Amino acid sequence: MASRTASTTTGAPAPRPDPGSTPGSPRTIDRRAQRRRGWRRNRGEYALFLLLLSPNLLIIATFEYWPVIYNAYLSMTRWNMLSGVPQWVGLDNYHTLLNSETFHQVMRNTLAFTGTVVIGSVVLGLALAVLFNQRLHGRGLVRTVAFAPHIVSGAAVATLWLFIFDPNYGLSRVVLNQFGFGSPRWVTDSDWALASLIIVYLWKGVGFVAIVYLAGLQSLPEELYEAAKIDGAGAWTTFRRITLPLLSPVTFFVMVITIIGTFQAYDMIAVLTGGGPGNATTTLSWYIYEQGFQAFDAGRAAASAMILFIILLIVTGLQTKFVQRRVHYQ
Amino acid sequence: MSEHTTSREPTTGQPPRRRSPDRPALTKRVSSRRRRLNEDPLVRRVLLYAALVFVALLFVGPLYWLFTSALKEPGDIYQYPPEWVPSSPHVENFTEAWRAAPFANFFVNSLIVTAGGAAIKLINATLTAYAFVFLRFPFKNVIFLVMLGALMVPNNVTLIVNYITVSNLGWINTYLGLIIPSAGSIFGMFLLRQYMMTLPKDIIEAARVDGAGHLRTMWQVVLPMCKPMLVTVGIIAVVDMWNDFIWPLIVTNTVEMRTLPIGLLYLRTTEGYANWGAIMAGTVMVALPMLILFLFAQRHIVRGLTGGAVKG
Repeated sequence: MASRTASTTTGAPAPRPDPGSTPGSPRTIDRRAQRRRGWRRNRGEYALFLLLLSPNLLIIATFEYWPVIYNAYLSMTRWNMLSGVPQWVGLDNYHTLLNSETFHQVMRNTLAFTGTVVIGSVVLGLALAVLFNQRLHGRGLVRTVAFAPHIVSGAAVATLWLFIFDPNYGLSRVVLNQFGFGSPRWVTDSDWALASLIIVYLWKGVGFVAIVYLAGLQSLPEELYEAAKIDGAGAWTTFRRITLPLLSPVTFFVMVITIIGTFQAYDMIAVLTGGGPGNATTTLSWYIYEQGFQAFDAGRAAASAMILFIILLIVTGLQTKFVQRRVHYQ
Repeated sequence: MSEHTTSREPTTGQPPRRRSPDRPALTKRVSSRRRRLNEDPLVRRVLLYAALVFVALLFVGPLYWLFTSALKEPGDIYQYPPEWVPSSPHVENFTEAWRAAPFANFFVNSLIVTAGGAAIKLINATLTAYAFVFLRFPFKNVIFLVMLGALMVPNNVTLIVNYITVSNLGWINTYLGLIIPSAGSIFGMFLLRQYMMTLPKDIIEAARVDGAGHLRTMWQVVLPMCKPMLVTVGIIAVVDMWNDFIWPLIVTNTVEMRTLPIGLLYLRTTEGYANWGAIMAGTVMVALPMLILFLFAQRHIVRGLTGGAVKG
C-alpha cells in the first residue's frame, strides 16, 4: 500500500526545503518559479480538481468542521437557541456540569451502558466468531441471521424489543415463565431499564462484531498453530497465548467502534426508555439531546458535547498508539 | 467472508508432522490426554451444533416474533400462552397502522431522503476520489488527510450547530435540511480512492492519450472498473440514510415530514401500549426494506461495514 501511495501521488510532492538552500538562493527562486509556471501550465487541471472537490469539501467544512469550532464557542456561552444572541460566560457551563449531581449520574450511566456493551461485544462477539469458524453445516445461514439486525433501523429493533419486554404479552415473559421466573417490568423499572438497553444493543450489534472477529481469525498465520500443536499446547492455551494476543488490534478496533456506536444509540434510547425512568438511562449523548432540544440550553448541551468529544479523542488516540506499537513489534 | 475457512481444530489421530526428537514422551502424553478430553469427535460436534442452534434461536426468535405478531389477528396477540403459528395471515394490523399514522408520507419521505442522500453521497465520493487519484494539485494529500480527519468528529458534536446552521438557511422541515448535512462522503471517498489507486494505470493513460478528457475518462473508463466498490459505497449510504434517526427527529417538526423511523415512534405514541399488532406491523414496514436489501447485497454490506465501520 505504501509503495502504491508513493507512486500515485507524484503530482504533489511535499516541498521539503533543500538542506543547502537558503531563502533567496538561486535554487529556491528556481523552485518558486517552477511552481508559478506549474500553476500557469496546469491551470485547467487545478481548476477541475477544485471543481470536483468543492461540493464534498463544502458540505464537510460546513457540517463537520464548522460545528466543532462553533460548538466549542457555544460551550462557553449561555443561549436559549430561540432568540437573542449567545452570552459569553467562560467556563461556567463546564463548572456547573461537573458539579451537578444529575451530570454525575449521566456519566455513571454512560460508563455502565458503554462499558457493559463493550465488554459484552468483545466476549460474545469473539465467542460467536470462534463458533462460526468451525466446520459446521448451516453456519453461513446462522452468521447471516446474526448479522441481519445490525443493518435494521435501531428504532425498529427497539420497538420490537419493547414488545418482547412487555411484562404481560411479551416473548420475554413466555421464555422466563418456562424457567419458572416472572418477567421484570424491564423498561419501566429503573433497576432494569439500563439492562434492557444493553440487551437490545448487544442483540443488534454482536453479529457485526462476530464478523469482524471472524475476518481477524481467518487472517491469523497458520504456522503458529502448527508450532503450538507440535509443542503440545491444548486448545485453551493456544487460544489464550496465540489467538487472543494476535487479535488484540481487532479487539481495540471493536472497542472503539462499539464506544462510538453506543454514543449514537439515540434511536434505542428514544424508543425504549426516553432516558427514564427518572434519569436512569440518560447517557451523555441523550443528555446532549435533552439539553439542546428539550431544555433549549445550547451552552450546556455544547459543553456536554465537548466532554463527549474529548473522551472520544482520548479513546481513539489510545487505539492508534496501541495499534502502531503492535505493528512495530511484528 | 468466503465459505472457505481454515480449521484450527487439531485433527484427531494424526501424528504431529514433525516430532521434536528431544521430547517425544511429552508430546505423546499431552496429545493422548487431549484426545480423551475434547477430541471425542461426536461429543465435540454435538456440543458445537447445540451452540449453533442456540445462537440461531437467539436471533431468529425475536424476528419470528416480529413477523408473526404483525400477521396475527388483532385479538390473538393477547393470548397466553401465545399462538406460535398464526392460524392464517391477517393484514388488519397493517391497515390499522396505515390508518393511525400517515405511513404513506413516511414512506415517501424516507424514499426521497434515502435516494437523494445516497445519490449525492455517491457522486461526492466518486468526484472527490477521482480528483485525488488522477488529478494534480499542490498539497493534495494534505487536503485529503484534512477531509479524512472529519471522520473523527462524532455527530453528537455537530447536532446543535448543524441545527442552527440549517435553521439559518431556512431548511428546517424541508428535504434539503434532511439530506444536505449528511450528503458529504468521507469514508466512501476513502474506500473509492483506495480502490481507484489499484486500477491499472496504462488503461487510463491510454484513454487520455486518445484524447479523452478527464470527465470522459472518469465516466467511460474509471467508473465501469470501480463498479463493485461503487455498489458497496452506494448500499452503505442507502442503509445509513434509511436508518438515520436523530437528525430527522430534530430537523423536522410536522408529522407529514417525518421519515419512517421517526414515524414508528409516532405510531407507538398514538397507539400507546394498547395495540401491539399494529405497532409490529409498522416495525415490519421500517425493517423489511433493509432486510430484503441485506438478502440481496449481503456481500457488499458486510464488506462496506467491516472495512472500517466508523461512519458513512
